[in-house]
Amino acid sequence: MTGTFVGMPAFPTAARQALGDTQLRRNLAHATHVIRDKRAKVVAEVEDWEELRLAGAGVKEAALRDLATHLETLEASLVRAGATVHWARDAEEACAIVAEVTKAHGVDEVVKVKSMATAEIGLNEALEAEGIAAWETDLAELIVQLGDDLPSHILVPAIHRNRAEIREIFLRRMGDVGRPAPADLTDEPAVLAAAARAHLREKFLRARVAVSGANFAVADTGTLVVVESEGNGRMCLTLPEVLISVVGIEKVVATWADLDPLLRLLPRSSTGERMNPYTSTWSGVTPGDGPQEVHVVLLDNGRTRALADDVGRQALRCIRCSACLNVCPVYERVGGHAYGSVYPGPIGAILNPLLHGVSDEQTASLPYASSLCGACFEVCPVRIDIPSVLVDQRAAVVDYHRADRVPKAEAVAMKAASWAFSDSRRLRTAERASGLAGRVLGRFSRTTLPGGRAAAGRLPGPAAGWTGARDLPAPPEESFRDWWDRTDGGRDGGAR
Amino acid sequence: MSARDDILRDVRQALAGVSPAVDVPPAPRAPDRGGLVALFLERVEDYRAVVTRCAADEVEQVVRHVLGPARAVVPPALGLDLPGAIVDDGFTATELDAYDAVVTRAAVGIAETGTVVLDHRPDQGRRAITLVPDLHVCVVDAGQVVADVPDAIALLDPARPLTWISGPSATSDIELDRVEGVHGPRTLHVVLVG
Repeated sequence: MTGTFVGMPAFPTAARQALGDTQLRRNLAHATHVIRDKRAKVVAEVEDWEELRLAGAGVKEAALRDLATHLETLEASLVRAGATVHWARDAEEACAIVAEVTKAHGVDEVVKVKSMATAEIGLNEALEAEGIAAWETDLAELIVQLGDDLPSHILVPAIHRNRAEIREIFLRRMGDVGRPAPADLTDEPAVLAAAARAHLREKFLRARVAVSGANFAVADTGTLVVVESEGNGRMCLTLPEVLISVVGIEKVVATWADLDPLLRLLPRSSTGERMNPYTSTWSGVTPGDGPQEVHVVLLDNGRTRALADDVGRQALRCIRCSACLNVCPVYERVGGHAYGSVYPGPIGAILNPLLHGVSDEQTASLPYASSLCGACFEVCPVRIDIPSVLVDQRAAVVDYHRADRVPKAEAVAMKAASWAFSDSRRLRTAERASGLAGRVLGRFSRTTLPGGRAAAGRLPGPAAGWTGARDLPAPPEESFRDWWDRTDGGRDGGAR
Repeated sequence: MSARDDILRDVRQALAGVSPAVDVPPAPRAPDRGGLVALFLERVEDYRAVVTRCAADEVEQVVRHVLGPARAVVPPALGLDLPGAIVDDGFTATELDAYDAVVTRAAVGIAETGTVVLDHRPDQGRRAITLVPDLHVCVVDAGQVVADVPDAIALLDPARPLTWISGPSATSDIELDRVEGVHGPRTLHVVLVG
């Protein structure tokens, strides 16, 4: 596996592979259940959680509905506070801006705060192509980077790795890129964390340029907010001379007071804590304290596309808490890689098609990666109705394929059914045929359903996709119409 | 067209015909639990921070005791007499790395979440000094403790850099086992005065 999602197969293929990995499923089940329980406990502490959700959803929705105004205000506030503001239409533009600023300072490395936006635009790979090393400093991102792996969760990107695997990665790779792991490294989490601390501290102390994202950007004050736990964020945000923050345009909120519901909703929903260990806020440059050159890159990369979708727009309210991942029965079984994006799980299943469209097979498969159970909507702190958006995106996929010259199997089957159902003689003929098929299937089936009815196991040909995961009950040998004719509606008695 | 113009045009086009008016319900207030200071101390401790409560005339003695022989850096206007402590003189990160401890005051304490907030005025110092040394001793006045996040937001000045601290640095990235002290101070000692 290499550190990029480009060329990932469609969800069904990737999911099948993940389902075969017992270790992965065990790691995921443990992790998602632990976070889920912690979250439920701290959410239950808040009496007015539902009102808080409504407030959080309202603040984000209001910001989106008047986004152009807020972006202009944000830009003006940031410039007033001493920051340089850049705009990037897509990933390529954003990466080029970061590379250019970095090169202007004559350095060939940057330290990074964990950031979904920079992962989304493939910044590390783009910088590497320019001869700049980007060091991830979040422990989980470090594990992913050293393992030449892909993130599989929004909050804990290395959720699919256990301690033995992490120890092996540290021993094997740390020495290649800096201070090696101690030879007596054990797989105790505290020992592994200490090795990461020592390895990264030399990078923090020498780095001159740092790259971050932002959890929120406040328009009227030009304040950026980064929420984290380890202190690696604070290291990057305050020690280097230059700070470059890549911020999705949907991160903006109107006022400083708008942070209130969000800073109460986010930690409880994501890590299941009343408050995360560290929150940093800053506005531009503070003389004598922190970076004296601050750049902010405002990123579109498909967000205006999603904004134009009346049903899907709400997905841009997402504050990346990852609560929807931890409750999703599909995510729990297949993990994050199967979604082929840095945004996995239910939110990824809507965000990716909204940002990029459904023209390729990979994104078009994502709206189907769901049981539509609705658990994701229940936990979403900003009330994104993910199931409704999923259904709407499925419609978008169908619409996109409507003009395909070779119709899909479902379309053919539906057309045939419609032909048969529209005429009673045709239906009768079809029923007789299926009764015959039932007798044949019943004879060859290996499965018996509760109640004694025969069922087909795995069938060959086009039906394999259905019967590979389900039993197909054999059709009854006699149709209802035939039974009615034979018994005069049951008055003649008699089974045969 | 510049990227700026393109993006703003696309945003406006995307929202053509969409009303900007949204009903934003006010965020609910946390219920008054009473005993703010007690709740603050309980919640800070819940984050595995160390907590000491003392009277105003005992602060220096308590802090000296907490520091022991540790080499400490302090902000310029801490207002405590701590023999041996060095006042921050704009040290580089590497120079700060030679210190074991830092002592600061705070701007606000939040009871509901067990958080101390620094706004980095001269009694709290630059952001770097509370980050690099391994022990952070934070002196909070009982009168600075507020009930919940909205009260803190109302009090704080967004034009200043702010650092919200809830317990010591921590990670749960390895099998979700919580480990204290990854990159920030491994020990947070809150001294509550009054």
